Amino acid sequence: MVNERVNHKWGMVVDIDRCTGCQACVVACQAENNIPLNTEAIFRQRRAIEWIHVERYWEGEFPDVKARFIPILCQHCENAPCEPVCPVYATYHNNQGMNVQVYNRCVGTRYCANNCSYQVRFFNYWEPVWPETLKNQLNPDVTVRSRGIMEKCSFDIQRLRKAEHVIEGQRGERITDENLREGNFLPACVQACPTTTLVFGDFNDPESQVSQMKEEHFVEGGRGYKLLEDLGTEPNVIYLKKVDIHAKTGVETHA
Amino acid sequence: MQERVRLSDAQINRDLLRSIFETPKWYWFLVAFLGLVVLAGFTAAGYMFNQGLGVTGLNRPVMWGFFITNFVFWIGISHAGVMLSAILRLVQAEWRRPATRAAEVLTVFSLMTAMMMPLIHAGRPWRVMYWVFPYDFARGVYPNVRSALVWDPAAVFTYLTSSILFVFIALVPDIAVLRDRTTGWRHVMYSVLSLGWRGSVRQWKLQLIAGILLSAIILPIFVSVHSIVSWDFGTAMSVEGWHSTVFAPYFVIGAVHSGVSAVVTVMIALRWVFKWENYIRMEHLDALAKLLIVVATGWFYFFILEFIFGLYSLEGPEVALREMQVFQMPWTALFITFLLCAYFIPVPMWLIPKVRRSIPLMIFTTILVNIGMWLERFIIIVPGLARKQVFTFTWGGYTPSAVEIVIVIATFALVSMLVLLFAKVFPLIPIGDAKEGMILYDEIKIGKVMVPAVMREE
Repeated sequence: MVNERVNHKWGMVVDIDRCTGCQACVVACQAENNIPLNTEAIFRQRRAIEWIHVERYWEGEFPDVKARFIPILCQHCENAPCEPVCPVYATYHNNQGMNVQVYNRCVGTRYCANNCSYQVRFFNYWEPVWPETLKNQLNPDVTVRSRGIMEKCSFDIQRLRKAEHVIEGQRGERITDENLREGNFLPACVQACPTTTLVFGDFNDPESQVSQMKEEHFVEGGRGYKLLEDLGTEPNVIYLKKVDIHAKTGVETHA
Repeated sequence: MQERVRLSDAQINRDLLRSIFETPKWYWFLVAFLGLVVLAGFTAAGYMFNQGLGVTGLNRPVMWGFFITNFVFWIGISHAGVMLSAILRLVQAEWRRPATRAAEVLTVFSLMTAMMMPLIHAGRPWRVMYWVFPYDFARGVYPNVRSALVWDPAAVFTYLTSSILFVFIALVPDIAVLRDRTTGWRHVMYSVLSLGWRGSVRQWKLQLIAGILLSAIILPIFVSVHSIVSWDFGTAMSVEGWHSTVFAPYFVIGAVHSGVSAVVTVMIALRWVFKWENYIRMEHLDALAKLLIVVATGWFYFFILEFIFGLYSLEGPEVALREMQVFQMPWTALFITFLLCAYFIPVPMWLIPKVRRSIPLMIFTTILVNIGMWLERFIIIVPGLARKQVFTFTWGGYTPSAVEIVIVIATFALVSMLVLLFAKVFPLIPIGDAKEGMILYDEIKIGKVMVPAVMREE
């Protein structure tokens, strides 16, 4: 029986080498978190809400240009720039290493979004609407955000709370990668990823896959890096660099 | 060079109270027209509250736009009041007399207008009290004092309170004059407001001390207000072009630049509207234009510093931001307009004495300055957000919507309307001050010519 609250530090490892840019994580997140439909008009207004989004960027100089995909989500920075600027404490750091957003407190100054280096905070410019046929699809565990407030990736905190309740509270076991997976407590994007690009887990648990990947890759000369590391935001999401197979084998791609 | 005319006390009373006792026909037409524009602005704001901020042009990278630009602009205008009134009162500049009240009143009204901007631009404006008032309202959550946004309303409302007091203290003797010349409900109103002013020596002494004390107390507030407004941007570490340490003095001196220009515009308008040629004279415009040359050049120095500090880092996003500001349309056009309007047209013109003494040219240059300074804030705020970090896929742009444009225009109408309405109830040139100036004024004979001189006020 786990009597005391276990100290978790949730985090993610994103292996870009595996990402195919299929957008399954985007759709899963959309469904799990009651995110309003991103119509074409909304995209044209540049107001789409995608807590995780797959961005394409170009690497290298012409003619050696390569298209790359990178899934971007809230980095849950340890030293988050968005937190100190909120006048009403609508965003703060919880003791599990997560940057959480309290929708009820938010007044919508949008200062946090301005100050977010990763541009992963989304403002509800319009009242969210769903077609009648999709009303029953809404997730009862997640608040539907009204217009005028900020929202962002929560690492599916509703699932993690349920995991704590079921695994730690009722069964009295420690949360491990296995029982997170078995109980469907992993974030929706991680569950949906067909290539296991996204790996989620507890950095405080040395047995977890993320801890081991961090140990293996997030070292000098390793593949691991954090986005905009030089800003000192200390993200809880680690990215693994793409392995350039041609660079390794020395095979010329342009014949 | 003093080119004043000696006026009797009765003449001063008649001239300066004319705006209150006589109402020309165009007055109410003008007020009604401005009122309509203000109403349009409120309608637009109501529509925005009803529909959500989607009706603005704001989007994901550019979360702040016209409203915050306008907020910073009006805060800047409000700095005229103290700059002219308090500083010139403390250094006993003789030519300040007709300008002080117009400047103070402009301060009060532009502060009110400015503070409306961040409040209506919030996503849920009906909840802003949780942010503006430093009290927890039974939620157990006090405002976050680490946020510059909490300091904003604190500084602005302190400045507003002290400016209202400042205006009122200077007004008391004038209200007493009005009390003695009115009947009916106006008499009752002025009686209450004049606080039993009888014009005794002790009352004058107290009024003088209160004015000087308030001037001295307001000065630090005046510097702090725009510094804090600049920290909204300066503390945003993630936005290139915002996180500059030079922002506080840069914004303060920019505010003085646009504020003093606005006071000149208002003074010329008043001189024309109320026929105050004997009170607002060319020597005043001359002195203000000389002051403006100094302030504008100081501001321009900070502008260059800020630009070079940014480029000096040679960071990718910083260079991209400057590239967008200077070389990409429509920003190129805005940037050139801004530089011409805020510095390169007005300052060389003010160097010519004839321009400083020409009403049309002074009104032209001072309006130019304010167009330029509005653009300056816009050019700082929006490109900074549009080119935030190295992630090119988050870069964006911004086009204001009709709602935003209408609201911004309405703020200008609101301030003009409030100043006009104020002129209907209280004299906009301090009567007591004008008479004091007449008493202190003297002509002394040096050799064969009579030279105007002013006795020192103690």
